[in-house]
Amino acid sequence: MRTINVEEITRNVKEMCIEANHFLSPDMDKAMKDAEKSEEAPLGRQILGQLQENLRIAAEDMIPICQDTGMAVVFLEIGQDVHLEGGLLEDAVNEGVRQGYVEGFLRKSVVSDPIIRDNTNDNTPAVLHTKIVAGNCMRIKVAPKGFGSENMSRVFMLKPAQGIEGVKEAVLKAVADAGPNACPPMVVGVGIGGTFEKCALMAKEALTRETGCHSEIPYVKELEEELLKKINNLGIGPGGLGGTTTALAVHVNTYPTHIAGLPVGINICCHVNRHVIREI
Amino acid sequence: MEKYITAPITKEVARTLHAGDYVYITGTLYTARDAAHKRMYEILQRGESLPINIKEQLIYYMGPSPAREGRPIGSAGPTTASRMDKYAPQLLDLGLGGMIGKGKRSREVLDAVMRNDAVYLAAVGGAGALLSKCITDSEIVAYDDLGTEAIRKLTVKNFPVIVVADCEGNNLYETAIKEYAR
Repeated sequence: MRTINVEEITRNVKEMCIEANHFLSPDMDKAMKDAEKSEEAPLGRQILGQLQENLRIAAEDMIPICQDTGMAVVFLEIGQDVHLEGGLLEDAVNEGVRQGYVEGFLRKSVVSDPIIRDNTNDNTPAVLHTKIVAGNCMRIKVAPKGFGSENMSRVFMLKPAQGIEGVKEAVLKAVADAGPNACPPMVVGVGIGGTFEKCALMAKEALTRETGCHSEIPYVKELEEELLKKINNLGIGPGGLGGTTTALAVHVNTYPTHIAGLPVGINICCHVNRHVIREI
Repeated sequence: MEKYITAPITKEVARTLHAGDYVYITGTLYTARDAAHKRMYEILQRGESLPINIKEQLIYYMGPSPAREGRPIGSAGPTTASRMDKYAPQLLDLGLGGMIGKGKRSREVLDAVMRNDAVYLAAVGGAGALLSKCITDSEIVAYDDLGTEAIRKLTVKNFPVIVVADCEGNNLYETAIKEYAR
């Protein structure tokens, strides 16, 4: 048994919100630099060059990479030998988000009710996903999610007979519909299987995978490679203004499902695919 | 083609802008996004007048992050324009010169752009830090209570945009994609 004070969670979440919004993680940074080299369209290359410049300014002057500093999505993997003290876990996470967004000059983009729409003025609450795992550590993942791309995400409840071809069609349709709205080049997270909500959650978590790292399941890896190629053949390009770089990566996660179903969740993220991971 | 223009813009200037042109804007922009558009729409429904004179102005669909001390504004990139599609045609018919945002527009908006000799311009989405450097002044002029969604008057210098939809009906999002589709 190990005791962790929830204040430590608050402090980390606060720092991670600020870090994620000003510094792109090394995997995404590399993917963006590689894209600038390989893009064939002159305007596309110019836009990717501007995005490099944008990242430099963001880091040097501490201006958020994007003004949409997102709704804070937080994944917590909690070792089952951890005992938490000092307050409620959810409160501690929300306090971290509050401090990070207020003190870090991040935009407050959260409204307290989806219909009444009053801004909470501190970007809380977070969307929190917890998982109990083995051990006595805690893994915190903070992934502030912008809504230009979130709005273009989809869930399709396919029939089993549609199979892998149906999955490919669904992903390509979602990406083609998203087009310039999702701020390409994008990262595409896909969840196949499970239930209605499970496929969406898998798609979300797939976005936080190290960019360009493939699934360990051979057919899933092939699917990721094929989809990336087909997405980049759509011609959407950087900023949606034409080019050969529409997506930087496709990450697919799978889970067992029901005999009657083939759920597919597609979570699209813009090139500001923010994810920071810490272990405490 | 690279062009340098001053905002607000007349119809004569809008007519010189063609889909695909790379344009640097110097002058005044007004920001408005979802909540401000909803209020302006409701005001017009009631037959009252708008809080700003939109004639020949460019509206920038943008809600900035807070400014750090000594700076005019925080991160300031475009938001998705299609959410304003419901409101844009009426504003264009009332004399709005054009819009800056990112992403596709509805047929109704594109028709209103043509009908009014206006223009739809895209700024690069997700380049909010870079774009903030082209904004030299920012002042809230209406709907202060909306926070980031308030209407701001911006002074910009060489603010970079790309013409997506022009008054002749050309749409760069449709043509450019075809060029690279395989």
